[in-house]
Amino acid sequence: MSLWLWNLAEALLMVGLAPLATSMVKIFKARLQNRRGPPLRQCYRDLAKLFAKQPVLAEQASWLFRTAPYVIFAATALAAAIVPVILIATPLTAAADVIALVALLALARFFTALAAMDVGTAFGGMGASREMTFAALTEPAMLMSIFVLSIAAHSTNMAAMIDTVLSSGMGLHPSLAFALAALVMVTIAETGRIPVDNPATHLELTMIHEAMVLEYSGRYLALIEWANQIKLLLFATLLLNLFFPWGMALHTDAVSMLIALGAWLGKLLALFVLLAAFETWMAKMRIFRVPEYLGLAFLLAILGMLTHYILEVGV
Amino acid sequence: MNGMFWALAAPLAALVAAAVAILLSRSADLQRRTVCGLLFLSALAAMTGGMEGMLFSPGKATLPIGLPWLPMHMRLDALAGFFLLVIGLLLSAVALYSLGYLRQLADRRKLTTLYIFLPLFITGMQGVALADDAYTFMIFWELMSVSSYFLVTFDHEQETNRKAGFLYLLMAHLGALLILASFAVLYAAGGSFEFDTMRVAPLTPLWASVAFLLALGGFGMKAGLIPLHAWLPEAHPAAPSNVSALMSGVMIKLAIFGFLRVVWDLVGLEHTAWWWGGLVLAAGSSSAVGGVMLALQQHDLKRLLAYHSVENIGIIAIGLGLGMIFAHYHYPRLAALGLVAALYHTLNHALFKGLLFMGSGAVMHATHSCDMSRLGGLIRRMPRTAGLFLIGCISISALPPFNGFVSEWLTFQAALMAPQLQGTLLSALIPFSAAMLALAGALAAACFVKVFGVVFQGTARSQAANDAREVNNWMQLGMAVPAALCLLLGILPVWILPLIDAVPRSLIQASLGASTANWLWLTPIAQERASYSPLIVLAALLIAAGMFLFIHYRTGEKRRTSSWSCGHPHLNPRMQYTAASFSQPLRRIFADLYRPQDKLLRSDHGHTLLVKRLRYQVHVPDLLWSYLYLPIRQFSEWLTRRTDWLHHRPIHAYLAFTFVTLLILLGLLL
Repeated sequence: MSLWLWNLAEALLMVGLAPLATSMVKIFKARLQNRRGPPLRQCYRDLAKLFAKQPVLAEQASWLFRTAPYVIFAATALAAAIVPVILIATPLTAAADVIALVALLALARFFTALAAMDVGTAFGGMGASREMTFAALTEPAMLMSIFVLSIAAHSTNMAAMIDTVLSSGMGLHPSLAFALAALVMVTIAETGRIPVDNPATHLELTMIHEAMVLEYSGRYLALIEWANQIKLLLFATLLLNLFFPWGMALHTDAVSMLIALGAWLGKLLALFVLLAAFETWMAKMRIFRVPEYLGLAFLLAILGMLTHYILEVGV
Repeated sequence: MNGMFWALAAPLAALVAAAVAILLSRSADLQRRTVCGLLFLSALAAMTGGMEGMLFSPGKATLPIGLPWLPMHMRLDALAGFFLLVIGLLLSAVALYSLGYLRQLADRRKLTTLYIFLPLFITGMQGVALADDAYTFMIFWELMSVSSYFLVTFDHEQETNRKAGFLYLLMAHLGALLILASFAVLYAAGGSFEFDTMRVAPLTPLWASVAFLLALGGFGMKAGLIPLHAWLPEAHPAAPSNVSALMSGVMIKLAIFGFLRVVWDLVGLEHTAWWWGGLVLAAGSSSAVGGVMLALQQHDLKRLLAYHSVENIGIIAIGLGLGMIFAHYHYPRLAALGLVAALYHTLNHALFKGLLFMGSGAVMHATHSCDMSRLGGLIRRMPRTAGLFLIGCISISALPPFNGFVSEWLTFQAALMAPQLQGTLLSALIPFSAAMLALAGALAAACFVKVFGVVFQGTARSQAANDAREVNNWMQLGMAVPAALCLLLGILPVWILPLIDAVPRSLIQASLGASTANWLWLTPIAQERASYSPLIVLAALLIAAGMFLFIHYRTGEKRRTSSWSCGHPHLNPRMQYTAASFSQPLRRIFADLYRPQDKLLRSDHGHTLLVKRLRYQVHVPDLLWSYLYLPIRQFSEWLTRRTDWLHHRPIHAYLAFTFVTLLILLGLLL
C-alpha cells in the first residue's frame, strides 16, 4: 500500500514540477542569449491566469473539442505516473509497460490532432497533418530504441529495464549507445523542441504543435499547455532513468529516497542546461528536413537492434 | 453433442432465412424483419455453439447429404468454435443494423436478391468453419465466394461494380484452385478426403512444403495479403455496407481459419521448415505497412477501410508467422503466444472493422456519398454515429484502453521473445517486422485522424453533408454492440484470453497456461517479463477524467464566437484541410514508394499572379497493379492470341486433338 502512495507522490511531483521544468529551460536559454528570462514562478502564474479566464469557443466547436483537453491531460499525467522517477519498482510500472507508455502518449496526440481538425480552420488541419505525419516516424523510432533496452533486459517492464542497466552498465552494450542516440533525437522531436518545432512561436508557417492548439483558450489551453510541460519532464526523466539510472532508490527508506531525489534533480538540471545550449546553438530545420531527421532516428534504433543481435546475443 | 446442435442450427437458420426470403418477396417489410430476425437467431446459435466448442471437447457429426460415398463430416473443435464465435458476434450486430439499413435501401429498389444471397453467404461461412472433410470445406467455401459475388455486384447498374465483381470472382476462384491443389497433395498422401486421415497422413518435407505454399497462396489471396490483395479494395466498397462489414470483418478471417486448419492442423507444425514462418512473417509485415500506406492515400471512405483490412490481416499474419517460427524451434509456449495474439487480433478486427464499415454505411446513408472531399462536420449532425465511429477509430489505431491495443501489445510481446532463437537468421528478421508493426500502428493512427477529422469534423463540404440527419435506432444499435465489445475486450483481456487459449491447447498441445489466470494483470509470459493491467489504466483514466469533468461543471460559462480567421473576413469550408492535403506530407516523404500522379490546372487573367482558377488533382496508384497484375494480364492475353488458331479448325482436326489427348492420358495411366 505504501508503495502505491509513493507512486502517487511521484506522479504528483511530476505533474507539479512540470511547469517549473519548462520555465527552467526558458531561463537557461535566456541567460545564454544575454536576456534575463521570466521569473521562476511565471509558469504557474500563466497557468493560474488561464484557468481563471473564461474560455472562448468557436461557434462550430463540437463536444470533442471540449473533452479533448481533459483526455490529453489525463493520458499524459497517467503516462507520467508510469515512469519511475525516484523509486525504481513502483507499482504502476507493472500496470503499464513501455509499450503502454508510448500508446498513452499516442492517445494524447490522437486527441490533440482531432481537436485541431474540429473547428475546420486551415491552421488546425495543417498542424494535425504534420503532427501525425511526424508522429508516424517518431513513434516507431521510440519503440525500437526502447526495445533495444528491453531485449537486453528480457522485459518491457521499466523497472526491470532500469535494474538491468544498473547491474550491467553500458560498457558491454554498444547497442545501447545507438538506442540512446535515437531516443535523444526522438525526445527532441516529441517535445517539439528546436530543430524540429519551435515552442516559442505562435504564428509561423512552419509550426506544428502550436498550429494545433491555436483555437484553444482559457482552462482548455491551460490543460493542454500543462500536459505539454508534463511531456517534456516525462521524456527527460525517461531518458535519464533508462540510460543513466545511477542514484535511483531501490528501497523506500528515507536516505536512499533523498539521494534519489537529489540525483534526479541534479541530472535534470544538467540535461536542461544541455538542451538550452543546444537550442541556442541550433537553428530550426526546414519542415521537410524533419522526416530525414526522424528517419535517421528510426535507422539508428534499428541499427541498435541489429548490433544487439550480432554482437551481444550470448554475451 | 449439445454444442454441435447449436453449431449446426446456425447455418440451418441462415438457410431457412434464404428460403423465407423467396417466399416473402411480395412484402418487403415482412421479408426484411423475418430475414434479419432469422439471421440474428443464427448469430445467437453460432455464438452458443462456438462457446461450447471452445469450452468442451470436440464434437462430431456426419450429415447424410453430399456425395453417396462421402457424407458431410462436421466437427466442432476449439478452432472452429472460435471462428464461429467471431462470426456470431459480428453477425448479431450486423443483423440488427440491417433491420434499419435495409429499410432505407428498400425505398429505392427491390432487395430480394440481397435477402437470398446474404443468408447463403453466412451459411457458407459457418459451414467452412465446421467442415471436417475437404469436400465439405470446398463446397461451403465456394458457396461463400459465389454468394458474396452476387452481393458485391448488387448495384450492378454501375460499371465499376461489375468490374470489381469480376475481379473478385476471378481471384476468389484462383485462390480456390490453389486451396484445392493443397488438399490434393494431402489427399495423395493419405488417400481420403476426411481431415482425420489427412492429419495423420505421412508427408515428405518436399510435399509438406508444396502443400504449405499452395495453402498460403490460396488463403492469402482470400485474406488479401500483399501482393494478392488486388480484389479487396475493389470489392469491399462495391458491396452494400452491411455486407462489406461482414466481408471485411469475417469473410477474410475465414481465410485465416483455413490457413490455420490446413497448415497448423492438417499438415501439422511438426513438418515446418524454418522458412515457412519467415515467409508468413515477411508477407505479414509487408501487408501491414503496404496496406496502411495505401489506405492513407485514399479519398473514398470505404476504399480506405478496405485497405486497412489488408493492414490488419498483415498484423494477424505477423502473429501467425511468429508462432510458426517458435514452433519450428520447439518453443511451444511462445508459439501459443503468437497464435493467441493473432486470434485476439482476428476477433478485435472483426469487431472494429465491422463497426467502421457500418459507420461508413450510416454516413453514406445520411449523405449519399462516401467521397471524403464531399463530407465534413457530421459530428454535429450525427453525434451518436460520430461517437461510435470514434470508438472504432481509436480501437483500430491501437490506443488504450480499447481492444486493438491489447492484441498489438501481445504481438509485440511475442516479437520481443526473438532472442530465444539464438543466432539464427530469423532472429534478425523478427525485430525488423516488429519495427514494421510499430510503423503500421503509428500510420494507422494518422490515417484515422484524417478519416475522423475530415468526415466528422470541420464544416460541411457539400450541401448533402450539411443536410445529413442522424440514422435510425436500429442502425445505431447495430453499431453500439461492436463498440461496447471493443471496450470490453480492451479492458477485460484477462478473462477472454483463457478462452482463446483453448485453441492452441487443442491445435498444438501448448498453452499460455497459468500465466493468464490472474484476474487483474495480463502477463503472457511471466510477471517480471511484461505485464499490462488494462483495468488500472482504465481506472486511472476515469478518475482523471472524473476530476476534470468536476472542474468543468463547477466553472461553467463559456463564450461562443466565430473562429479566428487571420483577419480574413469570409471563412468557407473549402479552406479546410481535405483528405488529399492531410496526407500530402506523407506523399512527399514517401514519394519514391507512392509515385503520385498529380495534375495542376490553372487559368489566369493574362498574368501568372492574377489567378482565376486553380485545380489540383492527385492520384496514388497501387504500384502492384502496374508491376504485377498488368504484366500477368498481358501475358495471358498474349497466350490466348497465340493459341487463337486452335479455335477455328475443321472438325477432323478437333477429332485428332481429342485422340492425341486420350493417348497422352492413357500413357499417364499405364
